[in-house]
Amino acid sequence: MHVPDGFLDAPTSIATGAAAVACVGTALAGARRELDDKTAPMAGLVAAFIFATQMINFPVASGTSGHLLGGALAAVLVGPFTAVLCMSVVFLVQSLLFADGGITALGTNIMLMGVTTVVVGWLVFRGLQAVLPKRLTLVPFCAGAAALVSVPAAATLFVVLYEIGGTADIPLHSLATAMIGVHVLIGIGEAVITFLAVASIIAVRPDLVYGARRVLARRELEVRTSTGAAT
Amino acid sequence: MKWVALGILAVALLLAGVVSYYASSEPDGLNRVAQDTGISRTEKQHATADGPLAGYSTKDVDNQRLSGGLAGVAGVVVVLVLAGGLALVVRRRKPVS
Repeated sequence: MHVPDGFLDAPTSIATGAAAVACVGTALAGARRELDDKTAPMAGLVAAFIFATQMINFPVASGTSGHLLGGALAAVLVGPFTAVLCMSVVFLVQSLLFADGGITALGTNIMLMGVTTVVVGWLVFRGLQAVLPKRLTLVPFCAGAAALVSVPAAATLFVVLYEIGGTADIPLHSLATAMIGVHVLIGIGEAVITFLAVASIIAVRPDLVYGARRVLARRELEVRTSTGAAT
Repeated sequence: MKWVALGILAVALLLAGVVSYYASSEPDGLNRVAQDTGISRTEKQHATADGPLAGYSTKDVDNQRLSGGLAGVAGVVVVLVLAGGLALVVRRRKPVS
């Protein structure tokens, strides 16, 4: 979903750029609470993993492909503030080094695929966690559902931005139908990859998954006798 | 932690360095819609389109598999260093005892 230069007019690009700067600033402050000596290396690895996964376009319909956006995945693995930083680094490198996503559209791309997917993904994830039983096995399912919703949400924001500052005159209805339709399909792929990635890490080191901390905290309250048996 | 870290890094390098060659080359959702609706006519040439890694291929490497693989591995390393470095700077440090 990398927006190139020229799709959106200058005022809109400047506005999304300013919004992105504000969001990254907020994320820098918030990430301090999420990151410690143990979790900081995870942030680098998650960003590298998302960069790699974004190179893998999978077919979704005839003549159309999609790739993981990764905002929901990053939010569940390292926390939402750190996730915004990870995603922003990925888009910065993609734009400057790989000519993927316009330089004037960097703010737009951070807002669409970084901030929107992280915020929507995290809200859905936490919402599901609040209503579902606190079980570790449910964490990957909540993450997958969050990922599923996050992709059409980003597509919707693109449609809104295009209505405000698109450089071509495209009927809102046809743009919205096409964008959201195809991104629901891509969202399914996003959900599968997110589920597999979160489930893999939970299987070996659940304590490294930010979104599993509350579930683990409850589990650790178990009282054990000196023989190690739970009472 | 060490094994989880090595595992994630190995998967990332494998995806970017090897599997990416087999990825679909069809336009992604946005590009497809842009082509169908005419939005793509307004696309402007990317400012770094002549860069050494532009378009996920390494300049002057003719073998496509190698060219894309090298670009992918380079990207993974750059993102790892930048995002990891940023996280290390931002993190809460243990109080010095």
